Amino acid sequence: MGKSLFQKVWDSHRIGTLTDGRTQLFIGTHLIHEVTSPQAFGMLRDLGLTVKYPQRTFATVDHIVPTVDQDAPQDPLAAAMMEALRKNVDDFGITYFDLASGRQGIVHVVGPEQGITQPGTTIACGDSHTATHGAFGAIAFGIGTTQVRDVLATQTLALEALKVRRIEVSGALPPGVYAKDVILHIIRLLGAKGGIGYAYEYAGEVFDRMSMEERMTVCNMSIEGGARCGYVNPDAKTVAYLSGRPYVDMGDFEATAARWLAYASDPDAVYDDIVRIDAAGIEPTVTWGISPDHGIAVSEPIPDPAAAATQGERETIEEALAYMKLPAGTPIKGVKIDVAFIGSCTNGRISDFREVAKFLRGHKVAPGVTALAVPGSQIVAIQCEQEGLPEIFREAGFEWRAAGCSMCLAMNPDKLVGDQLCASSSNRNFKGRQGSPTGRTVLMSPVMVAAAAIRGSIADAREVFSLGQTPSAT
Amino acid sequence: MSLDPITQVSGRAVFVPGADIDTDRIIPARFMKCVTFDGLGEFAFYDVRFDEHGNPTQHPLNDPRFAGASILLAGVNFGCGSSREHAPQSLRKYGFNGVIAESFAEIFFGNSTTLAMPCVAAAAADLAALRAEVEQDADTTVTIDVAALRVRSSGGLDFPVSMPDSAREALVSGRCDPIRELLDNEPAIAAKAAELYAVR
Ligand code: SF4
Repeated sequence: MGKSLFQKVWDSHRIGTLTDGRTQLFIGTHLIHEVTSPQAFGMLRDLGLTVKYPQRTFATVDHIVPTVDQDAPQDPLAAAMMEALRKNVDDFGITYFDLASGRQGIVHVVGPEQGITQPGTTIACGDSHTATHGAFGAIAFGIGTTQVRDVLATQTLALEALKVRRIEVSGALPPGVYAKDVILHIIRLLGAKGGIGYAYEYAGEVFDRMSMEERMTVCNMSIEGGARCGYVNPDAKTVAYLSGRPYVDMGDFEATAARWLAYASDPDAVYDDIVRIDAAGIEPTVTWGISPDHGIAVSEPIPDPAAAATQGERETIEEALAYMKLPAGTPIKGVKIDVAFIGSCTNGRISDFREVAKFLRGHKVAPGVTALAVPGSQIVAIQCEQEGLPEIFREAGFEWRAAGCSMCLAMNPDKLVGDQLCASSSNRNFKGRQGSPTGRTVLMSPVMVAAAAIRGSIADAREVFSLGQTPSAT
Repeated sequence: MSLDPITQVSGRAVFVPGADIDTDRIIPARFMKCVTFDGLGEFAFYDVRFDEHGNPTQHPLNDPRFAGASILLAGVNFGCGSSREHAPQSLRKYGFNGVIAESFAEIFFGNSTTLAMPCVAAAAADLAALRAEVEQDADTTVTIDVAALRVRSSGGLDFPVSMPDSAREALVSGRCDPIRELLDNEPAIAAKAAELYAVR
């Protein structure tokens, strides 16, 4: 009987069973940032403990960094968090990609681009989007701050084993449909809590064909589907992406690559569940509500509570529409936007900016729309500059910013104001997520954000940019 | 680090409505600009408790009848979203000792257990009955019996609830915080560390 990648990684990292029945699991690589680590270091000091394997922890700063001028005077709270991180990495000898390093960025962008994220390992970070690293065939968990302390002190975690659901997407994606649409579609189908208790294995032709960046976009939002982690089996693309990266040992790289590939799920692996999806049925997808599973194809109308199957569903739709101030049963296409945001750990990579730049030339952001383009890391920013992308974005009317989490959440100066509606390439449309308690978020792919910015309203990128066929009237 | 066994928690209860209450709702990100968890209590549910001018809303947590409630009642997928331990920390510091909901998001559940705040899942109908009783009489005492996995109320309700065995075991044995046991296995960890590849 074969094993899935999850089982192989779990078994190889297992220390033993704890008295409460959980598994003590070794964590190969630990990533930290300024928001969830200071309290963990505080607990460590209170207990008189130290960082046991400091070479296995890597730090960066992302959530609180201003994106207009990264070094600009900050608010005192943000400055205190940066100082705390600096002191902690200095005290315990941890590698820190700080603002001056040229390698700072969102933790889930930095790990892969440095080659720190590798197949067949366990990765933990005090951030729920750690699942991103699963794109490389790693088992990557988001953890709480007390668990950050556990990893610092012992390089292990007490964890409950997960079931594995294989999600196969076969066939070919229609033109104008991106990785973001695939994951929004999956979450729509399986629900925001459908993945509770599961690791998601993304498999099938669509993921085989995806670039590493696209795989990261998908794995990133596993948590929005309720799954603690998600992964794609490592293949030749994984190996090619990692080859030559700063933290990849290139001595006997062939052996390293062989070791990585051996972690891929066996053809006869057994799964707890299998879901099959036809790629041809996926359209550009947008959210209409306040949970990531409130998704519809851009051609569909906003749900109508009157048509809800259950009382609970009706109340959910009513609450979401009241918050979003959207009329039930009318097309989502054409809903006016105030802000357009391209960035975040979901869609702030070089490929995202390249893809949008392909279509932006000759277009202008609609009057009254604030459009932000925020690279996910300093390295992405430099690559973009080398390729002349910032000019294309600026020419079209976007503000081009420095690396950070920016408008994905409310911990730096980039925030929505009042009930502004934001077309966003980020991952969460929760109430108040983008900084204003009444701010509204509509999640979509970066190309769809660009289309919305140009039209000034939610638009079908396939129409705005003449991408392949237009949707059939259904 | 609590080593006190948590076999049951009791108190008056308050129901917070809504499915998929996410951690941004429980503690908005702007209050996470801090290097300790102290003081997070006052910001629990801030954006639904106060309007944009800082005036209290109709939220149940502002209802004087429920002042001092220590058991939180909630709906489906409570605590979804980010991994921020700030969320259960803020609930704990606000004064909650336990949560009864239809279901919980995993990371939130684990973080809460570590903080010795039991989270038990109840059937929708049982939860609705409990909610009705509490809203009828805010002085109702609600007990989460972690050892027996039941919830009882002073009004006479008594129904089963669930939580994973490992969490129940951790709570009733007083080993919610696994750090000692993790540390105890250092020899096995060292062997594993030597065996498994480290990035450098
Ligand atoms: S970009 Fe957003 S989701 Fe990603 S780490 Fe930053 S705040 Fe979290």
